[in-house]
Amino acid sequence: MAAEAAGSGGGSPASARRRLRIISGHLRGSPRAAGQEALSPSPCKAQGGSAGPAAGSIPKKRQEILKWNGWGYNDSKFIFNKKGQAEFTGKRYRLGGMVLPTFKEWIEKTFGASLEHKTTSRASLNVNDVPPPIVNEEFLQDLRATKISYSQDAEDRVFRAHGHCLHEIFVLREGMFKRIPDVVVWPVCHEDVVKIVELACKHNLCIIPFGGGTSVSSALECPEEEKRTIVSLDTSQMNRILWIDEKNLTACVEAGIIGQDLEKQLSESGFCTGHEPDSMEFSSLGGWVATRASGMKKNIYGNIEDLVIHIKMVTPRGIVEKNCQVPRMSTGPDIHHFIMGSEGTLGVVTEVTIKIRPLPEYQKYGSVVFPNFERGVACLREVAKQRCAPASIRLVDNAQFQFGHALKPQVASIFTSFLDGLKKFYITKFKGFDPNILCVATLLFEGDREKVLQHEKQVYDIATKFGGLAAGEDNGQRGYMLTFVIAYLRDLGLDYYVIGESFETSVPWDRVLDLCRNVKERIVRECKEKGVQFAPFSTCRVTQTYDAGACVYFYFAFNYRGISDPIHVYEEIERAAREEILANGGSLSHHHGVGKLRKRWMKESISDVGLGMLRSVKEYVDPNNIFGNKNLL
Amino acid sequence: ETFAVGNVFSNCSIKELTSKKRDEFEDILEERRLSSDLRYAMKCYTPVIYKGLSPCKPNAIKSVVLQSEQVQYVIKQLAKEMGESPDIIQEEAMEILDEMGHSMQLGTVRFFAFTLSKIFKQLFQRVCVNEEGMQRLQRAIQEHPVVLLPSHRSYVDFLMLSYLLYTYDLALPVIAAGIDFLGMKIVGELLRRAGAFFMRRSFGGNRLYWAVFAEYVKTMLRNGYAPIEFFLEGTRSRTAKTLTPKFGLLSIVMEPFFKREVFDTYLVPISISYERILEESLYAYELLGVPKPKESTSGLLKARRILSDNFGTIHIYVGQPVSLRTLASGRINLCPYNLVPRHLPQKPTEDIQEFVSDVAYKMELLQIENMVLSPWVLVAAVLLQNLPAIDFELLIEKTVWLKGLTQTFGGFIEWPDNLCAKKAVMSGLTLHSNIARLVDGHVVLNDKGIEDGAVGEIVFKRALVILMCSTYRNQLLNVFVRPSLVALALQMTRSFRKEEVYSSFSFLRDIFSDEFIFFPGISLKDFEEGCFLLTKCDAIQTTQQEIYPTDKGSVVVSFLSAMFRPFVEGYQLIFRYLSKETKEAFTEKQFVPGVRNFVFQLLEKGATQCYEALSSDMQKNALAALVQLGAVKKKKIVHRKHTKCCCKSPAMSLC
Repeated sequence: MAAEAAGSGGGSPASARRRLRIISGHLRGSPRAAGQEALSPSPCKAQGGSAGPAAGSIPKKRQEILKWNGWGYNDSKFIFNKKGQAEFTGKRYRLGGMVLPTFKEWIEKTFGASLEHKTTSRASLNVNDVPPPIVNEEFLQDLRATKISYSQDAEDRVFRAHGHCLHEIFVLREGMFKRIPDVVVWPVCHEDVVKIVELACKHNLCIIPFGGGTSVSSALECPEEEKRTIVSLDTSQMNRILWIDEKNLTACVEAGIIGQDLEKQLSESGFCTGHEPDSMEFSSLGGWVATRASGMKKNIYGNIEDLVIHIKMVTPRGIVEKNCQVPRMSTGPDIHHFIMGSEGTLGVVTEVTIKIRPLPEYQKYGSVVFPNFERGVACLREVAKQRCAPASIRLVDNAQFQFGHALKPQVASIFTSFLDGLKKFYITKFKGFDPNILCVATLLFEGDREKVLQHEKQVYDIATKFGGLAAGEDNGQRGYMLTFVIAYLRDLGLDYYVIGESFETSVPWDRVLDLCRNVKERIVRECKEKGVQFAPFSTCRVTQTYDAGACVYFYFAFNYRGISDPIHVYEEIERAAREEILANGGSLSHHHGVGKLRKRWMKESISDVGLGMLRSVKEYVDPNNIFGNKNLL
Repeated sequence: ETFAVGNVFSNCSIKELTSKKRDEFEDILEERRLSSDLRYAMKCYTPVIYKGLSPCKPNAIKSVVLQSEQVQYVIKQLAKEMGESPDIIQEEAMEILDEMGHSMQLGTVRFFAFTLSKIFKQLFQRVCVNEEGMQRLQRAIQEHPVVLLPSHRSYVDFLMLSYLLYTYDLALPVIAAGIDFLGMKIVGELLRRAGAFFMRRSFGGNRLYWAVFAEYVKTMLRNGYAPIEFFLEGTRSRTAKTLTPKFGLLSIVMEPFFKREVFDTYLVPISISYERILEESLYAYELLGVPKPKESTSGLLKARRILSDNFGTIHIYVGQPVSLRTLASGRINLCPYNLVPRHLPQKPTEDIQEFVSDVAYKMELLQIENMVLSPWVLVAAVLLQNLPAIDFELLIEKTVWLKGLTQTFGGFIEWPDNLCAKKAVMSGLTLHSNIARLVDGHVVLNDKGIEDGAVGEIVFKRALVILMCSTYRNQLLNVFVRPSLVALALQMTRSFRKEEVYSSFSFLRDIFSDEFIFFPGISLKDFEEGCFLLTKCDAIQTTQQEIYPTDKGSVVVSFLSAMFRPFVEGYQLIFRYLSKETKEAFTEKQFVPGVRNFVFQLLEKGATQCYEALSSDMQKNALAALVQLGAVKKKKIVHRKHTKCCCKSPAMSLC
């Protein structure tokens, strides 16, 4: 996503705006003029049933523009063209339409995969496989009376039965979920949600809130043993900005809005939230709150818990909210912290007041090459110590650096390729960096032009002390682009017997290196023990820096030819990797959340009493387990 | 009673006992006898190294240690407490490091390679090594930091091991050696340059020393600088019986893994067995209370006359590297390590202490399992049960019988395929002519010159030879201990009820817990193993409730109990001494000479034949067991260690 700001113009003051414009470019078709309408704090009743929501980038029928069995937009994917070269389709991303000449070789070398060995997904959803809905007719009658839009269509239901864990995608390609939502409802405002929750309590139903559907913690999976009607409460139609308060720099927004729409609409008024999780094209504000999300530029703007001023949540017990919109208060434990990270177990977040900032004047990418990962981590630590981290600073290990290289598009001119060669010569021969050991940090600066340049110098000076060499804006930019595009790669891998996933943790500074090394090693070992024929791709990057530690992100993929139950093997290895993380002093999760995937470690993570505290909140707020997605606890 | 069994820890399962597969041996001296030692010493030496090694000179290690957060933290702490300048303490730390640190040099290694070749060829007939073990070790060294854990019977152990690794082009180990070696002029420094680092014998109270020492060892381990070698037994076993393990160094080398500073650590048990131990007579004197000569260079030079003697064959069995990670999996709660900065000194939790102890015992049991037993060991065992003399033919017959029994019990006997029993026994007698000899078709102890002299002198000389001889029998004991204690229990109990036999067994196992090596806390499993082995050789039959000896089994049962009788009788004497001869309280220092005199007098009077009770090793073990059982209490009294004694029942029931 960060791909969009044009390479040559990365330093231009207009780049920030351009970046946002390109985010909006992801929109399909021309957006309806929604601004004015959305900016009025009118209650939704006034708009009537049909005129409700603002036009979002993702339609109600998500499958119209999103893949039903993979990541992202239908028109954007990696393919091998007729010449056998890799290519990324579509026009949404900077990489779109480009040929990636070295990518095929990289895949073959890294995974031992071959283009001749292909698996294919089912072409479309087989409606006959879909479990029949468990319908409560009385509930449907009541629901119709509210005029809230709903659907029992198989495609709609299946689409909301999963997130994007590997096993979920695998099921979509080759099987069917045992349990899926029975009804999908689309409230358009807070009041609609209140009505739905009341009905659910009245008829004893199970509600599973659905935002952007980008969960990677099995949070959206329906509990198989759930006998009640499962209602998928899709918040996507609650997507208006209710008001903007320029004096206090806050905006009140409906929780269903997705990241790209939020930024696009705020930018029209000259503002942004600056909250950019990697999933921001699809994930929703309510989802961020429910999972304690973290954004790429948190160094300037903060994580979701720093951004949120006020939350309104509908629970079976009633509505929970504060009585004022203040920066801080001392009124006992912060109730927001029961809500943030509650993962849909307590209620539905309907409206959020969030901090906003004027759009930055200037944006600049950058990158630094380090002789090895150790030096790179030491540099990031120093940057954090001096509290001068740019909007984003990330350090990728050597494997990921090479991976990034494999995604380099065909160069346009002989001159560029000559320059690339020269750069490579300078770094490897003249400076003596080993291309199989060196690693790269990518940087993103944001703010006043002058301050950015000053800041840039400060960071590069520190990097020099750790043996770092400035490696240009282009490399930095490509690094960020990868983040958005990498999610599409898994679908390509799945076609060629390669499965993979990412996972993350946070860890104190002094343990970063040990944790990275041990987790990667553990993955390699587990693969070997479980009979994986070819050494796995196991790589990491440090993606966030804090005063006391860092967030580390792992990618892990392997070629599963010759293994009868690849998903099971995959899950066992991921589990082992998580055990390893915990043994190395890492956290259960930095921002993906717990869901059902990581529940088994909750007790160990927060102690018996801690778990009991959370349970008692759940018992009070939702005694009948209406919000029965079984996440977290 | 039920026990959680089946973890990776408890001894090998009963099934494995019988189907142990062991590697073949190669004689490394053979090559040395054929080609030039000089060329061998000057050969191109490019050992395989740990994949994560960051190369580093010995002196650089020292400064890394000195600058480490761990050491700096303790320095600051002490400075604050004592009101001293940190610089002074830092200086002190530097001195400790200089005293401790090795300074391995290839030149010295080559010097040793040359001289040791000459010496070893002179002393030993063969030095046999399992090559597969060396290959496994080579792979292990590349993968993870390696800790070598050899058995310790002789000073030859660590020289031989380094020599071996040099021969096989493996990274030379750094070796934890006692500080006493530094007392030897030149030799101490030579050892230092060959990779020895030196630790003080006791430094429990000295926090600075502990911090520096621990960090020094851990730094070498983390860097993968070289395999680290130390002796779990802490000192040379004077009795050839494995000593109970010491935990200090082991817990130090395990810590980097607990703190996840390394991915894994390999522990490699190594069994070094001597057909004839270089120090055999020295040990016997020491056990009898004639003090060990201080390590000195002149002493070493005097000892060179042994060069003209023949010490037979050495067998070195390099065991399967054991992954610490595998051992720890599912057992260790790492939370305590996650909640405290890793550089702070931290007392290990009970969990961890128990784990360290289990690992130590496990490693010693693995050493025992692969100890090679020579025919002479069997001869010694038979001979000691047939004093003063045994018919030569009968000795051969019984030796062959014992060979079968030993193999049934899983003992690892090296008996050359085509060697007839007579020749094997003869060759043992020849090699050990200082202990036993053949006179008129009878084999007797070699106690020449005993007849004349005062009674006391006769007893002393006889004790010397018996203790030397028992050193060889002792090599069998840890293989035999489980079935033998069942046999003893059967005799003690005079009942066939399983429960009662087990309770006697359990009691014996507790009493002898310092004498023999038992994995902690699996008494029932040991009992079952003992019963299984006895059943296997048709010595007993078991039903659901009962155990009884078979008719033809009585030979085995009485042999086994006779084998352990010196211990039973010895402990009885020691207990008798404690209950009758001591006051309410006594010091540890008084104890050993006290028992020795007591037993000595009994021997002079002919009131006992238990010469082995003179062994200070047995005396100390017995006392330690009594302390553990709570029959004796240990109290520290200011300035002096005091042991208070209260002689109470259960222990006394043996009398």
